[in-house]
Amino acid sequence: MAIYSIYILSKSGGLIYQYDHTSIKVEVEKTFSYPLDIQLTEKNKRIVVAYGQKDGINIGHILLAVNGSQLNGTSLGDGQEVTAFLANESNYPVNLKFGRPKLSTNDKMFLASGFYSFYLIARQLSPVLASSGIEFLEADTFKLHGFQTLTGIQFLIVTEPNQMNVEHLLRRVYELYADFALKNPFYSLEMPIRCEKFESNLRLVLEQQEESSVNTA
Amino acid sequence: MARPGVRATDAKKINSELFTLTYGALVSQLLKDYENAEDVNRQLDRMGYNIGVRIIEDFLARTSTARCTDMRDTAEKIQSAFKMYLGVNPTVTSWSSASDEFSLLFDQNPMTEFVELPESCLSLKYCNLFCGIIRGACEMVQLEVTSWFVQDSLKGDPTTELRVKFVKKLEDAMPAGED
Repeated sequence: MAIYSIYILSKSGGLIYQYDHTSIKVEVEKTFSYPLDIQLTEKNKRIVVAYGQKDGINIGHILLAVNGSQLNGTSLGDGQEVTAFLANESNYPVNLKFGRPKLSTNDKMFLASGFYSFYLIARQLSPVLASSGIEFLEADTFKLHGFQTLTGIQFLIVTEPNQMNVEHLLRRVYELYADFALKNPFYSLEMPIRCEKFESNLRLVLEQQEESSVNTA
Repeated sequence: MARPGVRATDAKKINSELFTLTYGALVSQLLKDYENAEDVNRQLDRMGYNIGVRIIEDFLARTSTARCTDMRDTAEKIQSAFKMYLGVNPTVTSWSSASDEFSLLFDQNPMTEFVELPESCLSLKYCNLFCGIIRGACEMVQLEVTSWFVQDSLKGDPTTELRVKFVKKLEDAMPAGED
């Protein structure tokens, strides 16, 4: 049972709040000898595994560290390009760490507003008026629950597929938003929520929810 | 369902006199600053509006109410909100024949319990904040209304009457697919 993350979208579709609760870390370390039997390419200033999936290193993973030192974009800590480093036989054996790329804040904003339009399309597809839109979206690895208020604010929660009672949680998050964001006189509507009390209370609610679902399971 | 330790706002009570005193201090300070009752009315309405656009989310979150379909529905919701936030139960009456306008009658109003308007500011609408709150709250659920005081017991009228009139539905602000 886990709640992965929470998104709040303003009524114009902009991301105003995002919180990652539980994140799954996928990191694989392996020592390679020359020549490297995995195809790497450079994509969006990151080194990505293009071909040659093995030992838990999957296509799409990015290179995080070389010999234990973190990468800075596509270059090593000392400024040397990774591609040049890996092409040089004298640098082997080399220890490489791969992992799943994390979503950047920009990615999240982009995806959230994309989902918003998708949600509106779903509503218009409804044969009957006043459809609730997408209430949940199920995939093999996660389930996304959505809730739109009458004022147009949207709450999204990404959980494990078997997480129970998320509808209730969505309403609780709405209450928290009404309390700790809107009742804060210095919070302006439609702007990103930067309220510490909101965040700490949200964390508390999520932990309670996870506990209670463990107890009933 | 028990909600231990999360709600900071639940079951908390403040002395209602402190609240009415605060409001009284606010209005009298506004009067000193603006020196003109009309300007004060406008300021109160504006403040109310800012309260309304926020308090509506609280109301919706706590009551899980559905979208209003007609003005009678809206009147009922506004009435219940007064009960919820102010502990008063206004009567809904005087419907216009087109059912787009109604009055809320307050036989008691905790805000004005100790208030006597001086002769010099008889045009002051002491509770004009309410008008702004109703306007702001309705606007957030895509309903444009106007509201104003018709009678005010502070001015010697037998009761306090707040009139609310439907103007239009804000179709542009409607969440898409819901029209």
